[in-house]
Amino acid sequence: MRIWLEKQRHLIDFTLASLARRKTKNIGLLLAYTLLVFVLASLTLFTQALRTEATFVLAGSPEVILQRMVAGRHDLIPPGYLDKIGRIRGVQKTEGRLWGYYYDPVVKANYTFMARPAEEIADGHIMVGNALARERGLALHNTISFRSYAGKLFSFEVSGVLSPDSELLSADLVLLSENDFRKFFEYPAGHYTDIALSVANPQEVRTVAAKLSSALPDSRPILREEVLRTYQSVFDWREGIVLTVLAGAILAFAILAWEKASGLSAEEKREIGILKAIGWETGDVIRMKTWEGLLISLTAFLLGFIAAYVHVFHFGAAVFEPVLKGWSVLYPKFTLVPAVDGLQIATLFFFTVFPYTAAVLVPIWRAAITDPDAVMR
Amino acid sequence: MIELSSIKKAFNQGQPNEYWALHGIDLTVEAGKVTAFRGPSGSGKTTLLTIVGCLSRPTHGRVRFKGEDISGLPERFLTDIRRQSFGFVFQQFNLIKGLSALENVILPAFPTGRPRAELVAAAGELFDQLKLGHRSAAKVEWLSGGEQQRVAIARALINNPEVIIADEPTANLDTALSREFMAILEGFTAAGKTVLLTSHDPLVVESSAVHRVVGMRDGRLVDG
Amino acid sequence: MRPSSLALGFLAVLVAICLFIFGHFFRLTVEDSPKVTANRALVEKLGLTDLALFTEARYTRHPTQADLHSALQDHPGAFDHFPSGSLLPPPAILTQSHAHLAGKTTSPD
Repeated sequence: MRIWLEKQRHLIDFTLASLARRKTKNIGLLLAYTLLVFVLASLTLFTQALRTEATFVLAGSPEVILQRMVAGRHDLIPPGYLDKIGRIRGVQKTEGRLWGYYYDPVVKANYTFMARPAEEIADGHIMVGNALARERGLALHNTISFRSYAGKLFSFEVSGVLSPDSELLSADLVLLSENDFRKFFEYPAGHYTDIALSVANPQEVRTVAAKLSSALPDSRPILREEVLRTYQSVFDWREGIVLTVLAGAILAFAILAWEKASGLSAEEKREIGILKAIGWETGDVIRMKTWEGLLISLTAFLLGFIAAYVHVFHFGAAVFEPVLKGWSVLYPKFTLVPAVDGLQIATLFFFTVFPYTAAVLVPIWRAAITDPDAVMR
Repeated sequence: MIELSSIKKAFNQGQPNEYWALHGIDLTVEAGKVTAFRGPSGSGKTTLLTIVGCLSRPTHGRVRFKGEDISGLPERFLTDIRRQSFGFVFQQFNLIKGLSALENVILPAFPTGRPRAELVAAAGELFDQLKLGHRSAAKVEWLSGGEQQRVAIARALINNPEVIIADEPTANLDTALSREFMAILEGFTAAGKTVLLTSHDPLVVESSAVHRVVGMRDGRLVDG
Repeated sequence: MRPSSLALGFLAVLVAICLFIFGHFFRLTVEDSPKVTANRALVEKLGLTDLALFTEARYTRHPTQADLHSALQDHPGAFDHFPSGSLLPPPAILTQSHAHLAGKTTSPD
């Protein structure tokens, strides 16, 4: 055992001394490799944490939301719909909801306006999300005016700013009383944006949805499980631009690594011949090269993973922000609660460490089985 | 110590460019003596050395080393014997560029798993014997030809082999360095090592340090 | 210092940091649970359905609530004007809920 260990350390010594001979090239390779792992690991950690958090918090969203569709568009719920739903068995509670969008030309941002019952927010008052408050420089008891789509100016007093911890959910929210909401948007009386339904028995949700569809054929029920499923697949980066961009990077790295690892120069072949002539076995040469592959890929993997962790959970995935932000002016500042999927990490490990080590080994195999007397010829 | 019987060696056997380098060699090499193979290039000297040194196997015939037939052994065992019993000094020195003299010298001992401290100490002793102590940390490509050869000699000795095999050891050396090499050679004999070398340098083959000269021509032995 | 000691030592440090990170994961998960629970309470109270990640378009602000055509105003497969539109595909539920339009109607035509 001691001898085995000492032997491996000798092989590592040798492979490091060999790598040190082309220091710039090898450090460059290590950096490119680390960077690749960093981006992939950041994506994995970020999406995993976001999905986990979304799944957890959105499990509290309404069981069913009913929308009315007109000409393929989301339309207002006319009076009478609430009563019809009330008669469907299994529905515990129905609530007409009022919400909509408002474009604020001052900061060129979209807000989500949402009406709340009068006991929560008095007329003339609003509660705002933290990102909005930050962007507009709002604090408690400040007054802010919005010009409605009809051209009238409305002033509100800020009676609360939502917790910064909830920015991921509430960045752009403006909560106001139902009266204010209806006046501001000139919302027709008795109409609602959509209807939230509570269903007592989770097993009945699908039945209720089917009954809703047949009772109100122009409506579309959205189930909580569908909401959750949407967020399970959000940032599924197999789709979209991230992978497209990344595919280029991965391919470029693959070519670089292959070229570096498999392009055995005449010099290296000669060295293998020398090593064999002075008493190294074929196995020793292969073990030495395996160490080279493992050292480089393990270092790159660990460095990349650690950097990705710090990036995602301490710097809020700052590298992705420009991409994720898009044209949003109100981008929530949030720190995700770390969530790790062991399988994902294992997959990442396998796909980064294994191919490189293999690319190092394949050509060596062929070179290492040549006759040791080649050096004498 | 080493007995060769009817050794034949072919390259590219069975192909149109088949070439027989050795046509039946019978020879016994005595232990503790310096044996030189002399002959023009292409006479099969080097090929014979590779067979004696377990670098390659004969196509026909047997090699006995210390009474044991080694010509039929698998590569693993041949490598073991080569590492333990033979030290090589190549014509081109065949040092590994970019590594220090010290690293080069201890390379053959890596597969044995001897502790590094022990190897460094052993290499230090060899460097002192060869008057190279001050150059041990230098990269080999910065060394002069004579120094490179002494590094190669130190490398051949690190596993303390019984047999030293040197292929044209003075081919790249001037007269003064060649004489120095012959002095080192006498030191080997004094230490009880068997030496096999090839050369067509009169300075080597006519030296008193060489005990026996074997002539070769066209893959056969001729009178020295 | 032997190169192998340096390299293996460095790897050991990296592994230790990784292990620390995993420890940190679990600590944070416990520490942050009140925050997440509070967020869930907010979701329940306001009846929220979506994350406020992208506020530039209806279907990115409320992917679960958008109607079929808000996501497909240009072309079903088009990368739209917004970068996030290429991160966020039209939710499958949108097209699913319209799947019945392709089949036979239950009532006579």
